[in-house]
Amino acid sequence: MELDSAFWIILTGSLASASCALLGTFLVLRKMSLLGDALSHAVLPGIAIAFLLSDSRAIFPMFVGAALCGLLTTLLIEAFHRKWNVQEDASIGIVFTALFALGVVLVTAYAGQVDLDQECVLYGEIAYTPWDTLIWNGVDVGPRPVWILGVVFILNILFVCTLYKELKIASFDSAMAMAVGVNATLIHYLLMGMVSLTTVAAFESVGAILVVAMFIVPGASAYLWSDRLVTILCLAVLFGVLSAWVGYWIAGIWDSSIAGAIVTVAGAIFLLSLLFSPNQGVIARLWQRAALSVQVAQDHMLLALVRRFEVDETHRSSREELLQAASVSHLVSRLALRSLEKSRLVVHDSQGWALAAGGKQEALRLLRNHRLWETYLSGLGLPENRVHGPADAVEHFIGRQLAAELGAEVDQSMDPQGKRIPLSDDKG
Amino acid sequence: MSDPVHPTEAVPPIQIHDMTIAYHKKPVLWDVDLDVPEGVLVGIIGPNGAGKSTMIKAVMDLIPKASGWVKIYDRPYDQMRSAIGYVPQRESVDWDFPVNALDVVLMGRYGHVGWLRRPSSEDRRIAAEALEKVGMAEFAQRQISQLSGGQQQRVFLARALAQDARIYMMDEPFAGVDAATERAIIDILIELRSQGKTILVVHHDLQTVTAYFDWVIMLNMRVVAAGPTNEVFTDENLQKTYGGRLTVLSQAAQAMADHRRGN
Amino acid sequence: MLDNALRFLSLADANVRFVLLGSLLIGATGGMLGSFAVLRRRSLLGDALAHAALPGVALAYLATGSKSLPVLLFGATVAGVLGVLLIQFITQYTRVKADSAIGIVLSVFFGIGIVLLTHIQRAGGGNQSGLDKFLFGQAASMVGDDLRVMTVLTAVIIVAVLALYKEFKALIFDAGFLSTLGFSARKVDAMLMGLIVLTVMVGLQAVGVVLIAAMLITPAVAARFWSERLGTMVVISTAFGGVSGVVGTFVSSLAPRIPTGPVMVLVATLFFVVSALCAPRRGMLARWRRHRHNAERERRHHFLRAFIELSNKESRNTLPASSLAVELGWKVSRVERLGHKLARQGYARRSDGEWYLTDAGVEEGIFIVKSHRLWEHYLYYRSILDADHVDRPADEVEHLLTPEIIADLEQILAEERGIDPDEVVNIHGTLSHYRRGGRE
Repeated sequence: MELDSAFWIILTGSLASASCALLGTFLVLRKMSLLGDALSHAVLPGIAIAFLLSDSRAIFPMFVGAALCGLLTTLLIEAFHRKWNVQEDASIGIVFTALFALGVVLVTAYAGQVDLDQECVLYGEIAYTPWDTLIWNGVDVGPRPVWILGVVFILNILFVCTLYKELKIASFDSAMAMAVGVNATLIHYLLMGMVSLTTVAAFESVGAILVVAMFIVPGASAYLWSDRLVTILCLAVLFGVLSAWVGYWIAGIWDSSIAGAIVTVAGAIFLLSLLFSPNQGVIARLWQRAALSVQVAQDHMLLALVRRFEVDETHRSSREELLQAASVSHLVSRLALRSLEKSRLVVHDSQGWALAAGGKQEALRLLRNHRLWETYLSGLGLPENRVHGPADAVEHFIGRQLAAELGAEVDQSMDPQGKRIPLSDDKG
Repeated sequence: MSDPVHPTEAVPPIQIHDMTIAYHKKPVLWDVDLDVPEGVLVGIIGPNGAGKSTMIKAVMDLIPKASGWVKIYDRPYDQMRSAIGYVPQRESVDWDFPVNALDVVLMGRYGHVGWLRRPSSEDRRIAAEALEKVGMAEFAQRQISQLSGGQQQRVFLARALAQDARIYMMDEPFAGVDAATERAIIDILIELRSQGKTILVVHHDLQTVTAYFDWVIMLNMRVVAAGPTNEVFTDENLQKTYGGRLTVLSQAAQAMADHRRGN
Repeated sequence: MLDNALRFLSLADANVRFVLLGSLLIGATGGMLGSFAVLRRRSLLGDALAHAALPGVALAYLATGSKSLPVLLFGATVAGVLGVLLIQFITQYTRVKADSAIGIVLSVFFGIGIVLLTHIQRAGGGNQSGLDKFLFGQAASMVGDDLRVMTVLTAVIIVAVLALYKEFKALIFDAGFLSTLGFSARKVDAMLMGLIVLTVMVGLQAVGVVLIAAMLITPAVAARFWSERLGTMVVISTAFGGVSGVVGTFVSSLAPRIPTGPVMVLVATLFFVVSALCAPRRGMLARWRRHRHNAERERRHHFLRAFIELSNKESRNTLPASSLAVELGWKVSRVERLGHKLARQGYARRSDGEWYLTDAGVEEGIFIVKSHRLWEHYLYYRSILDADHVDRPADEVEHLLTPEIIADLEQILAEERGIDPDEVVNIHGTLSHYRRGGRE
């Protein structure tokens, strides 16, 4: 074919990544990432033996060899773990290292007869794709890997689509699956079979270790962005393809292994997801926590002001007193105070700080929450000196509905210390 | 005269014969032998470690038996899986899994849907209705880790309802839920019973036994007593279930132990 | 090849001596630390650590231009530790689970390492030949200097393990207890991880990044089959590891194309398989023999007990196989098969299409039924009885009650409650059909 070799390479990489990402998402969700790792290493002896026996690079014997090896791996790991009482992670470690070692020995011992070398095993030869063409009836129909990976990709899509609900229930709650007649064990073995198949198909292009990455990393990244399974699957495929495109480009700029670059990009996507995902990301979480701190500090300041107000309506608080009342770090309190001022909940003049009209309403609401909770707790039997602490913590989180329920249940106008509980429509 | 443990009506929903469960060769349940009649709300009670959860798991083949057998409507459990709806204790699931409440309830319909097919709109309607019945309709699209403990429990109950089974087995459905949820659950169970379903509930709160259950199974590694609550839930049986030290046999054992120690 | 082998074994060649000693040290430390790592469930963390080390090696070379072992190992350590910290971070701060975190760090770091390695290879014009031995290991490339470094590290590891042995032991079996002794479990854990890091680094050159995890796992798991005690397990594991190292190097010397790492792993795996099968108590063959024996006895007991209970209920001496089948929940064919077996053993006979028990069968059957029923009472008050009767690691539940205990129980039941020992009662009623003194 006359198309640009770059196109073929990128297509191969994309198909490999997409196939792996689609299945791999289920591995991640089922907490079987390391089993996927094991499978992709362990298919090596199957491939090597297929080479030796069939004396060719025909793909079918390799598929068979890989599938058998995959099955053997899964069976051995289960056997060691359940029958021989070996811990699960140790079982995985023993089986895949032994099989992979066997594969490497075969590959290096029969180096002449097996068309693989050590490095290829690890990271593939995707750069050779455009020249590895398939001749069908005398016609050059394009690179072999593209055909193989294309078929596997379609098979994977069919697998996931037709068995979608079975995969979902077997992964979420296998006991329930058995109870409704979905054979979770069968699903497990089918999934492992497809993983083995995909591993072989991608093997030549990206090698063993990197197949592992493409199974797990895009799926894990997608998991950080969405709560819906379908979305996660689509995102994972998208991330896989993106890794292939950008990876190829990078490997061109900084002369290096294309497969390695693809994995590096996938890793970068994961890192970015880790940091920037709106719900799950580290930065989002830190932001939420900071925002919460500021909110709590604001509430404390408002409460301090309104308590003084109860005693003396003309009282003005100094800036230091307010910052002190917030009982958090200096930086946070200053931020909180500035925010209060901006929202016009507090005002200040030359004599000090006081509540504005809107602030008064909010402060009374908080005070009501606090005192309602204290009353509720002492109604439960908590001693008087122990109710302030919990109320101090909870007052920020009592929403309107809970406040209404508390008000109905408690139905008093005085808190345990004899102070008046503001009414719900109290505006001072 | 019929033995209260073996009622003589037509094919009981659950028949257990000589069932013994040993875990790592230590006995957990011994010689359980009873038939559960149809259309009753059964409380399974006993102290911690008495084997209550084990019993219902063993009926559902989730745990292997050392001896004995179980029949569901006179057939082996294998053939009657779809007749039993199971509501497990809360911990057995991965809460981070990307499913929402409606997804979970819909899973209860998979037995009716069959292999390789999609759930129909009828299935979805039934699932939505089940969620409605447990008061969780507004949470249908919420991912399950965002639900409180009581809400999660209700979702699992809805899943069992959606299954439309003939027998329901529930493992401590009232553990750690608030009073409102508990009332809601017991109302649903009573409604199920009025539809002729048989419901077995592993229960921990002795105060509510007479109020909730018309049948009770008292377990302490073996069946101490089983039958209608008003006949079987007696002080004497309670003592045998919960207070081993107070019986003559334990006095005998004490005497034997003293004798061995040379007193 | 024979010449090679003999030359090797004669240890005349200094290089051979280096290589052998090095492999021995590597295998031994792997086995030693591996015991703790496996018991502490850190098996695959070692794998992640090793894979993560690769970019460190490459970067160390790129930064310094040096291929000396200490420099490369330093880079490896930094990268490996960084990887492990990243795994903790991911697991703690996101909903990505531990296994995925390990897999992600392992494969991505390795991918970065491959990018660096291939870049060095293509840019430097074949100058990375010293670096890619870190992939699969090449013990034969060890020289005197390397050996000195390794010996020092190994000595540190051994001293540390001896010094911290009891802390590690406490950490594995009861971390809570450790803190009551005044040690922080986290500090001890960190020290263990540190030693694992050192062990991995020591072995990187000989076994390679991809397979070194095996040297931490396989010898230890193999040793587990031989002993219940930590000390013995560590010693055996060290021995297995050391031998694997030596044999691996030897075989690899005969066929230089084959890297040493994989061969060492295969030898260690062989130890594992043999241990798992042949170890005296915990090995598979021993367990299988015990299991078959027990299963057979259990089946016999079920049959006899079912027979006695059923014949008692119906007051008959002979029973058709079909009734027994219903009582047991078995297929009729299974009942017949077992019946014939019992007939050969002298417990049962068949006549006119029905089964009956011989005197020996009746005696055994009654004993089984009574002890089964007594078990029920026994379960009931077992907390009161002596500890040694209660917590025996019973392989057969019903024979936990020895004839002595049963005799005691019967005597007490007779004295205190006037219950005839022949009529041990439970909800199933008495064995009225089988009163002592014969049956009809």
